[in-house]
Amino acid sequence: MSNTPDSYVMPKTASAGSHATDSATADTHQGQAAPGIDRHDVEAVNAVENRPLYADRVAIHPKRAKGTFRNLKWLVMALTLGVYYVTPWLRWDRGPALPDQAVLIDFANQRLFFGPMEIWAQEFYYVTGLLVLASLALFLVTALAGRVWCGYACPQTVWTDLFIMVERFIQGDRNARLRLQKAPWSADKIWKISITHAIWLLISVLTGGALVFYFRDAPTLAYEFATGTAPYIAYVFVGVFAATTYLLGGLAREQVCIYMCPWPRIQGAMFDDHSLLVSYREARGEPRGPHKKNDTWEGRGDCIDCKQCVVVCPVGIDIRDGPQLECIQCALCVDACNEIMGKIGRPGNLIAYDTFHNLEAAKTGGTAPVKIFRPRTILYMVVIPAVLALMTYGWVNRSELQVNVLRDRNPLFVRLSDGGVRNGYTVKILNKRHETRTFSIDVEGLPPAIEKPKITLVGFAGDNPRVDVAPDNLRALRIYLSMPASSVKKLTSDATDLTFVVTDTGNGSQTRRGTLIRTPKR
Amino acid sequence: MADKGRFDEATGTHTTGHVWDDDLEELNKPLPKWWLYVLYACIIWAIVYWVLYPSWPMMTDYTKGTLGFSQRALVMEQVAAGKAAQAKFRDAIAKAEISEIPKKPELLNFALAGGKAAFGDNCAPCHGRGAQGFKGYPNLNDDDWIWGGDLEAIQTTIRHGIRSNADDDTRASDMPKFGEEDLLEKAQIKDVAEYVLSLGGSSKDADAAARGKEVYAENCASCHGENGEGNQELGAPNLADAIWLYGGDKADIVTSINTGRGGVMPPWSPRLDDVTIKQLTVYVHSLGGGK
Repeated sequence: MSNTPDSYVMPKTASAGSHATDSATADTHQGQAAPGIDRHDVEAVNAVENRPLYADRVAIHPKRAKGTFRNLKWLVMALTLGVYYVTPWLRWDRGPALPDQAVLIDFANQRLFFGPMEIWAQEFYYVTGLLVLASLALFLVTALAGRVWCGYACPQTVWTDLFIMVERFIQGDRNARLRLQKAPWSADKIWKISITHAIWLLISVLTGGALVFYFRDAPTLAYEFATGTAPYIAYVFVGVFAATTYLLGGLAREQVCIYMCPWPRIQGAMFDDHSLLVSYREARGEPRGPHKKNDTWEGRGDCIDCKQCVVVCPVGIDIRDGPQLECIQCALCVDACNEIMGKIGRPGNLIAYDTFHNLEAAKTGGTAPVKIFRPRTILYMVVIPAVLALMTYGWVNRSELQVNVLRDRNPLFVRLSDGGVRNGYTVKILNKRHETRTFSIDVEGLPPAIEKPKITLVGFAGDNPRVDVAPDNLRALRIYLSMPASSVKKLTSDATDLTFVVTDTGNGSQTRRGTLIRTPKR
Repeated sequence: MADKGRFDEATGTHTTGHVWDDDLEELNKPLPKWWLYVLYACIIWAIVYWVLYPSWPMMTDYTKGTLGFSQRALVMEQVAAGKAAQAKFRDAIAKAEISEIPKKPELLNFALAGGKAAFGDNCAPCHGRGAQGFKGYPNLNDDDWIWGGDLEAIQTTIRHGIRSNADDDTRASDMPKFGEEDLLEKAQIKDVAEYVLSLGGSSKDADAAARGKEVYAENCASCHGENGEGNQELGAPNLADAIWLYGGDKADIVTSINTGRGGVMPPWSPRLDDVTIKQLTVYVHSLGGGK
């Protein structure tokens, strides 16, 4: 067996059109897999041999699993939903001029606020940095333990899980739901299905409603929603997000993971023979078959073919077919199998997090230790802190002042009546501090023989005027530099280098920007 | 068409029953249902659209639709809304003296923005997009003004134009056509041109300039001044500086003396409203040469 990630089982094209499985009618109890344990006569909806290139979707009705991983998933669900709903309500005091929402994406003012961080539109690369960190972290966990993200934390998984929970609460567990699906339309069926969809829709609207709070002051927007005075675009986005939540989490479910999401395709390159993946321990489980009381366990595998792992699976696969693209590694089959193993008195973890390496070794009766530190994981572990350090360095040394000098291009220069020349510039000063700052403007860098040009700031009187720039704001200045004819004659080129010096009069810090002064062709 | 098709074993599909050339048949491959439904939905959409919105062109008119939607009306609404939003500033500018506007930063910003737009729409064709001017059309960035460069003077020039037939208060001054009307001899014109060059220090023929000095004193000095310093009251340009509206070569100057030049600028007062003219004034004044 070559259980490498790239040996994924591909859909069989030959079986197109022969898709006969119908779990809605086939799931009856056929005898016992072992004393006290029902044997489900069921075929995995997305079993390897049932994958034509195109087929109508067969609804999957996952049975409820109980166990460690299920509990972990509940915990992660509570945590992620909690973070999602609570974050916009957290406050962060930034002074009177700025919003006090801890996490705010302020499109109107082109700012991103993350607690103490304030990101202007032109500093969006910090967000790129955050995304780089997130993807590296994702690569690391994937190299270590496979699709942990898919199985536990991905919003698609969390909301699908939530929607299945609602479905189970209203319509009952798997068998009840199958019966309901099979049953003719009745008042009871209409009621149960419509109340399920109504709750899904309510959750969807709340989901969409929570998302828009990230884009506008949450208490204000909540008040506006309550009084019906919110901007229409807020309603539009609540509608869009609610619709996608309902569609993806309620209706499409595992199809999103199997057909829409690119991550399952990418992950094959992310893990290797040493990654811990949810796996069926074939060496221990096979040959599988029903087990009767008092039968010996000698000469047979531990798998009693009860198919509990199949019925709990939210993507409708049979984990015993080996590693599959469809598997989101939620580990619910681990819980289901462990429960059964407990009942029949066999050791647990017939399905467990295991490495390809160890699975292969088990075939010959050996074991292979888990190897966490491998070149790939070490690389990720080194790169993550490096990126983090780079970002921190960038943040700590973030300039709180930005100066841009734009030279007039039409006209390039203006001839004055005394034979001198004047150039026009637009100087933009960006004050990122939360206080008003005062600047003075000067020029330098002309050849020593040239007298300093006369500086005129449009809208300011007197020599060397002071320019106030409001907190967290930009000010554009029109500046003219005039040279007398005597200076122009001394220049050797029609484009002479020149530097603007912007001095913060508060602390004396200077910012320099080079540009040119243009004169007539000689 | 023949009647019903037969079932084709090899492909598992029915044929349409259409046979050519004895044995050439066509498999019945209907369009996908979803595709057809989308098409039908589009057709229904189109019919509903025809009823609700303007759609069909007629000979002289078009169908208006029951919703009464009109993109033109929408634009007019937006224009009106824009005007209403500007009303605060426009009213303040309408009331303010021209000299007051640059002292109030809010009004200054508004006037500069509006003036820049109005300049592009109305003035740029002659004076250039950057107000850099062309031969015969003054550069508005420089510090040389024929009719005066303070706010009041600029406003008057924009409002009434120069040598315009359409405005009684227009700026008017007519330099005689010394050559065309035979007021001066050709030689005299060449001499006086040389003298004009000497005023700015660029004459190369001192004798001719000396001869021209007398001609200048008799014919030109009354308007252009003893030393060629010009007179903004009369719209007589400074002849001693480095800026030449019609060119500073001797040939250009000779032509100017021969023809008297006399460029025309239309009066903008009836065409542009009072507020726009004030905005333009402030904008032109801000270009660097304003006095």
